Amino acid sequence: MLRFIIRRLMQLVLVVFVLSLLLFLWLRALPGGIVSAMLGERATPETRARLTHELGLDEPIWVQYWTFLKRAVTGDFGVSNGVQPGKPAMDLLLERFPATIELSAVALVIAIGLALPLGYLAAKRRGGLLDNLSIVGSLVGVAVPVFFLAFLLRYVFAQELHWLPVSGRQEVDATRVTGFFILDGLLTREWDASWDAFKHLILPGIALASIPFSMIFRITRASVLEVLDEDYVRTAQAKGLTQRVVRGRHVMRNALLPVLTAIGLQMGGLLAGAVLTESVFNIAGIGDALRQAFTLRDYPVLQVLILAAAVTYVIVNLVVDVLYAVVDPRVRTR
Amino acid sequence: MSMRKAAPLAALAATALTLSACAQSDRDDSGSGGGDTDGTFTFGAAGAPEVFDPFYASDGETFRVTRQIFEGLVEVEEGSSEIGPGLAEKWEPSKDGKTWTFTLRKGVKFSDGETLDAQAVCDNFERMADQNETAQAGPAEYWAYSMEGFGKDSLYRSCEASDDQTVVLKIARATSKFPAMLSLSAFGIQSPKALEEGKANDVKKQGEGFAYPKNSENPVGTGPYTFDSYDEANKTVTLKRNDDYWGDKAKNAEIVFDIIPNESTRRQELEADSINGYDLPNPVDWKGLEDAGNQVEVRDPFNVLYVAFNPEKNPALKDLKVRQALDMAVNREQLVKSQLPEGATAASQFYPDTVEGYNKDLAVTKYDPEGAKKLLKEAGQENLKLTFAYPSEVTRPYMPNPQKIHEAIRKDFEKAGVKVEVVTKPWNGGYLDGVDNGQFDAWLLGWTGDYNSADNFIGTFFGNLKSNDFHTSATDFGSDLSKELKDADQTVDEAERTKKYEDLNKKIHDEYVPGLPISHSPPAIVVNEDVEGLVASPLTAERFSSVTVGGK
Repeated sequence: MLRFIIRRLMQLVLVVFVLSLLLFLWLRALPGGIVSAMLGERATPETRARLTHELGLDEPIWVQYWTFLKRAVTGDFGVSNGVQPGKPAMDLLLERFPATIELSAVALVIAIGLALPLGYLAAKRRGGLLDNLSIVGSLVGVAVPVFFLAFLLRYVFAQELHWLPVSGRQEVDATRVTGFFILDGLLTREWDASWDAFKHLILPGIALASIPFSMIFRITRASVLEVLDEDYVRTAQAKGLTQRVVRGRHVMRNALLPVLTAIGLQMGGLLAGAVLTESVFNIAGIGDALRQAFTLRDYPVLQVLILAAAVTYVIVNLVVDVLYAVVDPRVRTR
Repeated sequence: MSMRKAAPLAALAATALTLSACAQSDRDDSGSGGGDTDGTFTFGAAGAPEVFDPFYASDGETFRVTRQIFEGLVEVEEGSSEIGPGLAEKWEPSKDGKTWTFTLRKGVKFSDGETLDAQAVCDNFERMADQNETAQAGPAEYWAYSMEGFGKDSLYRSCEASDDQTVVLKIARATSKFPAMLSLSAFGIQSPKALEEGKANDVKKQGEGFAYPKNSENPVGTGPYTFDSYDEANKTVTLKRNDDYWGDKAKNAEIVFDIIPNESTRRQELEADSINGYDLPNPVDWKGLEDAGNQVEVRDPFNVLYVAFNPEKNPALKDLKVRQALDMAVNREQLVKSQLPEGATAASQFYPDTVEGYNKDLAVTKYDPEGAKKLLKEAGQENLKLTFAYPSEVTRPYMPNPQKIHEAIRKDFEKAGVKVEVVTKPWNGGYLDGVDNGQFDAWLLGWTGDYNSADNFIGTFFGNLKSNDFHTSATDFGSDLSKELKDADQTVDEAERTKKYEDLNKKIHDEYVPGLPISHSPPAIVVNEDVEGLVASPLTAERFSSVTVGGK
């Protein structure tokens, strides 16, 4: 088991290395660059040349990459030059992370909380009204772009009905402990702050939940349908077990396995969705920083954010694989 | 309206001083209502400040914040682009225009308790002039650009405190930019103690960015507000009233800048009452915002939109007749009416009429597609082909909708028989680079003035022969124009200088046609109905200390 994990971790290092190289080359192959983003309209060729030289951008690309690599190994990814000039890119990542985790967590809770029961009920009453409605709903969830849903939700519930805030993370003054605003409020017993932070997350949470919800719902429904047809369920029912026991012990437990896999895979998709959701709702998270860094060609920040996202994704998958290996020893030898 | 009236001449300056001193004391007597509310003014900012030391900043969002904290030797007067007293009550140039003597206001303190005296001012100038290589290359951009570099290349020579209240600034040559340039937010006077403690000049390169010293997190100035906090996780900057401010105390106890990059979000936040105002509302929203009870303050335009040419890339453009034909082909009046906000005007010159040397006798080039065709034929360019570029993913105050403006001008060109190849690139994704690398034959760009000076517009555009966006070195008039600009800029006598700029504008219009000035567009600022006392500035240099919210 340990050897399996070590092997996978070494693969992770390789993945990160290859990715960093591709990322580095790709960013620098993009049209435009830091220099024009930093200087804007007033750049003369002389000032551009000077800045290009000062930032080392006139060095051969391999020299630049080697310099980057040497620094990156020590955890120094350079400082931001667009999103938050002067701030170490790593600090920016750490500061922005809690907002994205908080948002993703709320979105996952919403998605799972709705998709599991709905998926089960839809399967149980296949062809019924609820089933049809849920299928349409999940199709809409997949088909409608996240940002459109985000705009729609904001327009209806924030601008027109004034039920929820338009954007941002928090309006009341609050003590910061961990950077997770809801948690901070609970830790410092500033209930108002927690509640305010939570209210700010409802609309973006729903918007971001739309895609994982649809996926999880459809897989749950399909999986429950399949299990309901299994002999052991029929047997259990024939034995006269109560509905609750059949549902809990036999149907859901077996149906959940593929659903868990789906949830694992959806975690990666959340970051992609967060780019749009955070921008629309003005949440200072990873996604928002990513979009800004791209527009401003803030290489250090782009590099650290994308690498961090990749590492997170690989680790989540590693954990899933390890869990599988625990459940199914055959995986280890493959 | 123009800087001519805000004379740098001693007599006029003295008069201005007396008048402003009167105005000051009047306000002091009646201003008891100020400074005693606990209100908060919340403003939606389009971007985060780059850095709180304005000397290392170059963007409007930073200056909007630092302008409330710092003051310059001279200041732009409220609601206009004229220069008036700031920390200096009056100033006087020597006959040759190279020595400027400023008399400082008495009784001014920095918010850390330090006294503002002549030595403090000189410490600031010495600090600005004394930048390391790294800072010179990037962060000290405003100085590099306005003072024309560092060391012996620089316009700046020395600063001397001849007594506590008297600052003597020496510059390398006379220039029309002085003293208007000193009103730049980047040159706000900072507490020397804070500068020293924060090792203000210690800018370092780190990877592909710049690491700033401590001072940039602790801005200490003399202004009506002091820096309180920057909450990056929640995207807010908070300023608190400076209770020891020398002038009228700020009405609100607090200003909060809520950083909201998305424009439609800013609008919704305003409508949901979570912010009190924001800058540069999209012109298509103006009416809707007003109908909803908000106040849309349309500023006087202080910018120019132009079509630039690159005769180096497309030699056909070296022919004056071709450039004139393109000039006649553009229907500016129609463009202004159909694509630009209310209050926009068609341009005959490369700067608006509030700037020195604007030639009132010059008419906007008459729209004449047939005449254009004829001229092209005469030039033997009936089959002229142009690559004509515009930026995507961006709006600028002088260019609210680049694509539509481009389309209108392109159609005008085509009516005159020119074949246009459309090129579009993202602003930071190749457009500005493309302009700098000379990739296009013609393109749309513009400029918002930094301060009121002809040199800040046409000097920037055509002054530097070796490298400018208009590639004038490839034309037969380029070096003449560059020399004429330098001459006008160095003319000390104001009336004579004005005349020179007027003549130059005529020449640019009739004989040179280095590009096409298209229009001047008014940017707006919007606040909700609770807000009073906001004075909109053509330079977007609003000071928020006079603002009250909700009658408080």
